[in-house]
Amino acid sequence: MTRIDVGSVLRHSANLPFSDLVTRPTGAAVRRCIQTELAALSEGDVAMLDFSRIGMMDYSCADEVVAKLLIALAGQDAHAGYIVFHGITDAHLEAIEVVLDHHGLALVVQFADGGARLVGSVTDDERAIWETVYTQGSAASGDISAASSHEPAERARILESLLHRRLLRHDGVAYTPLGPVQ
Amino acid sequence: MTAVIAVPSSLDDHTFESVLDQLASHPADAKVIIDARHSTFATPYGLTALLTLAQTRPEKAEFLPPENPDTVSYWARAGFFRYAEELFDVRGHVPRPRSAGESDVLLEVTPVTKSDDVHGVVERIQERAASILLNKLHLESRATMGFAMTLSEACQNIVEHAGRGGWVMVQAYNYRRRLGGRYVVVIAVCDAGVGFRSSLESGQRRSLSDRWDDAVALEAAVVNGVSRYGDPGRGQGLKGIRGYVHRWEGKFSVRSGTARIALIPSWEDDVPRRENLAYFPGAQLQIIIPEKVSAAA
Repeated sequence: MTRIDVGSVLRHSANLPFSDLVTRPTGAAVRRCIQTELAALSEGDVAMLDFSRIGMMDYSCADEVVAKLLIALAGQDAHAGYIVFHGITDAHLEAIEVVLDHHGLALVVQFADGGARLVGSVTDDERAIWETVYTQGSAASGDISAASSHEPAERARILESLLHRRLLRHDGVAYTPLGPVQ
Repeated sequence: MTAVIAVPSSLDDHTFESVLDQLASHPADAKVIIDARHSTFATPYGLTALLTLAQTRPEKAEFLPPENPDTVSYWARAGFFRYAEELFDVRGHVPRPRSAGESDVLLEVTPVTKSDDVHGVVERIQERAASILLNKLHLESRATMGFAMTLSEACQNIVEHAGRGGWVMVQAYNYRRRLGGRYVVVIAVCDAGVGFRSSLESGQRRSLSDRWDDAVALEAAVVNGVSRYGDPGRGQGLKGIRGYVHRWEGKFSVRSGTARIALIPSWEDDVPRRENLAYFPGAQLQIIIPEKVSAAA
């Protein structure tokens, strides 16, 4: 998994001696640097965006860095990589949740202990099936039936939606989480 | 002919209107003297609005500082004269600013012109604001981060929309006018730029209804999140400010052109919308976050 230190991007690539992600121009500069790094990923690779060294983030920067990055990644012409978010704290989450909700987006936050959580705009059904896949580590649609009350067709539709939103990925015929599972 | 404009003894967002009312009766290019000799109190809004007023005058206005030594000393500590001396012909002696020390001026008068200025403001405010918000306003720790975000978004309004530099100031004080002397933290962000109406017009974002004026433009931007930019992610800054202010039972007011709208908490006696005010260019924002009191208090 490729790790991108957002704090380092802010200080060096965007050439700003600060630890807070604020203002749209700053967010746009940071996003462009991250997109350059993401462009080097191979198809199916996962990049970890590490926010551990970021202080706070305002709404404008969250929109520029997080929302626009996810929108670009979900675009048809986007490079077929995946991203998980690491080092996210309450200091970042307030702005991130607002912009995700605004755009109907969601992302995967990875914790240091390997645990993960969906953040953003997802339905209860999407969250339940995502958590089932995450718990099982890797699962084909049929393997989830015991843990899911959904009809097979509905379950398959939700899994494809999670795949399309890059919240899960394919491993052969199975669906698998983006990051490591313990 | 020179017009003498009397600054009220207590200068805040309400009484500043009397300054504008006085100015409105004189030609825009009239020579003016801003007479603050009898002022004894000024909020961050009052101080930043005075500097903004100076920016709007084609001819440098004269400025008569407060005669009260405590008042003039406070205005100096708040950083007012550092910029007033550039913008006004300040008459008489004003003290050199000394260190704010343990003062409740969280952020002295600070110019905001470009994006980097917002970074500087946010970096400087966080440590001091955290202490005040937790220990004097008794807010939860997550309020601190939201406060910095709110300040950042308010300042960005200047950078993104005003078209010229403005001013920000943050202070904590006892709010005697309301709240029975509870502590409040006040953010004031003022500019003399294009204002909300012109900003929306420049982006072809004026409403399609027959009525289009400063009040409608303010409502579109502040309440409905309309931005001059077509980008669907825009408009979240003011929305975020509204959410933060609402969560902590604060007050948020925005004046632009001839109108002012405000989100009024239950503790405040104010009107949500005022129109036909004396014209003043740009945008003037004020955010008040009050001390939290327990339900039993």
